[in-house]
Amino acid sequence: MTAALKIENLEKVYTNGLRALKGIDLEVNEGDFFALLGKNGAGKSTAIGIISSLVNKTSGTVKIFDVDIDQNFPLAKSYIGIVPQEINFSVFETPMQIVMNQAGYYGINSRIARERAQRYLEQLGLWEKRNDISRELSGGMKRRLMIARALVHHPRLLILDEPTAGVDIEIRRSMWEFISRINQQGTTIILTTHYLEEAESLCKNVAIIDNGNVIENTSTRELLSRLQREIYVLDLHQPLDRLPEFSRGKWRLVDSTTLEVDISKEQGINGIFSQLNDNHIRVQSMRNKSNRLEQLFLDMIDSSSDRKEKRL
Amino acid sequence: MKWSQIWVAYLTIVRKEITRFTRIWQQTLIPPVITTSLYFVIFGNLIGPRIGDMEGYRYMDFIVPGLILMSVITNSYANVSSSFFSSKFQRSIEEIQVSPTPSSVILLGYVTGGMARGILVGVVVTIVSLFFSKLSVHNVFVMLSIIFLTALLFALGGFMNGLFARKFDDVSIIPTFVLTPLTYLGGIFYSIRLLPEFWQGVSHANPILYMINAFRYGFLGISDISLSTSYTIIIAFSVVLFLINLRLLNKGYGIRS
Repeated sequence: MTAALKIENLEKVYTNGLRALKGIDLEVNEGDFFALLGKNGAGKSTAIGIISSLVNKTSGTVKIFDVDIDQNFPLAKSYIGIVPQEINFSVFETPMQIVMNQAGYYGINSRIARERAQRYLEQLGLWEKRNDISRELSGGMKRRLMIARALVHHPRLLILDEPTAGVDIEIRRSMWEFISRINQQGTTIILTTHYLEEAESLCKNVAIIDNGNVIENTSTRELLSRLQREIYVLDLHQPLDRLPEFSRGKWRLVDSTTLEVDISKEQGINGIFSQLNDNHIRVQSMRNKSNRLEQLFLDMIDSSSDRKEKRL
Repeated sequence: MKWSQIWVAYLTIVRKEITRFTRIWQQTLIPPVITTSLYFVIFGNLIGPRIGDMEGYRYMDFIVPGLILMSVITNSYANVSSSFFSSKFQRSIEEIQVSPTPSSVILLGYVTGGMARGILVGVVVTIVSLFFSKLSVHNVFVMLSIIFLTALLFALGGFMNGLFARKFDDVSIIPTFVLTPLTYLGGIFYSIRLLPEFWQGVSHANPILYMINAFRYGFLGISDISLSTSYTIIIAFSVVLFLINLRLLNKGYGIRS
């Protein structure tokens, strides 16, 4: 299978001496929906900046669909569509102008550009706003406009750098659906996000960057399988005065009608209910306390920080 | 990119630039017309008759070519420096950066936009000058080629300013402290033959002197400088600025971390 993106030993040292990337290796297969996760300042945006020519690399190689950016960057760039973290269009232009201009920078003639601009603005719910000044669009509309702009040249690799940041849940869900559809149609997608449930539900593979290093690069399923414990929250039918003495698991009474329990993967959840039945406790509803990937992410970042401290 | 695609990319940048300055025509096209009209009224109509003839021409007729060229210089320069810096500031320059558009096309696109504004303002000022002066044209080719080359040179200068600028103040420093003094001392209002010999020599170090004199030659057929020297200097400066800008752009100076 062709690699949509292949990064080898990529290093970036900024002029102030900051080593943002410390020789990372990364490979994203064609057709993948890939999550690139990491804390703020971990190096995600630097990596994306290098891929999209907004940041000069210090050393290493980057290939996009086998095209080395040092050999033929224009061709490599023609394969990429990018949705950046921050708004980066002229707010004095209209959505139509912004998308049409972007098509023009890729050499697409105005007839085709107009057709595509209409298609993507319609699909992203912006067609009615096509002639409004972009400054007047809402935050969610601006983000969707950047997606339309990134798609107008039909990129084979779409990079989304926190596309749903600050977007309300309804629009976020519709953006997820749209992006998933784009992926199903064959476009490789790299997503960075702080909403880890987004990565968990959308992405097939995940890499975690911390402090300029890739500390994990595997499939989402494999990563989740490493989760050793989960926390469940139980909403009770009747209030409790005190925490009953349960035989297994770590139980906490959060308030009179809410219980929390930590259980290991081996225990399974059947045991919870048998203990609840033994104590005549009726449960109204049950849910995971935290997102599973979020838990793993935090564990990994913590252990990576611990290792670093030990080395120091 | 194929040539046809490069052409589309170039036209896109030019169209975007022209749309930008025509959208804000109250800020880009009207002020230079008002300023130059004031020059015509004050220096040409009120003070001019007291000065008398200059190099055998009415003072008003003598200053018109210089004032037209001054508006071309300031507007070509300002358009590119402010537009490019705004693109950097708003980060909309990234739209072009991430695309396969070659650096030379980005440079030419912005420069063409600046030239378009400079020449358009020059044309409007020329029309206004017809109310104050009977313009005669001595050599159309010289007049058109000098206006074109001057707009090119200062658009290239504006681009370099835009590349180096890190804050809005940086965009106005060069026009205020370099461009305006050089333009005023470049022989718009006087012939350098009126100056003492030492200051005539100093004036020859001012590149704008060559442009104004060549342009005046196009209208009146008089010049303090030989035409070939003027063309050589304007073209040489343009080539050097183009190459420096291209090199800076390829390295990502001011636009890539």
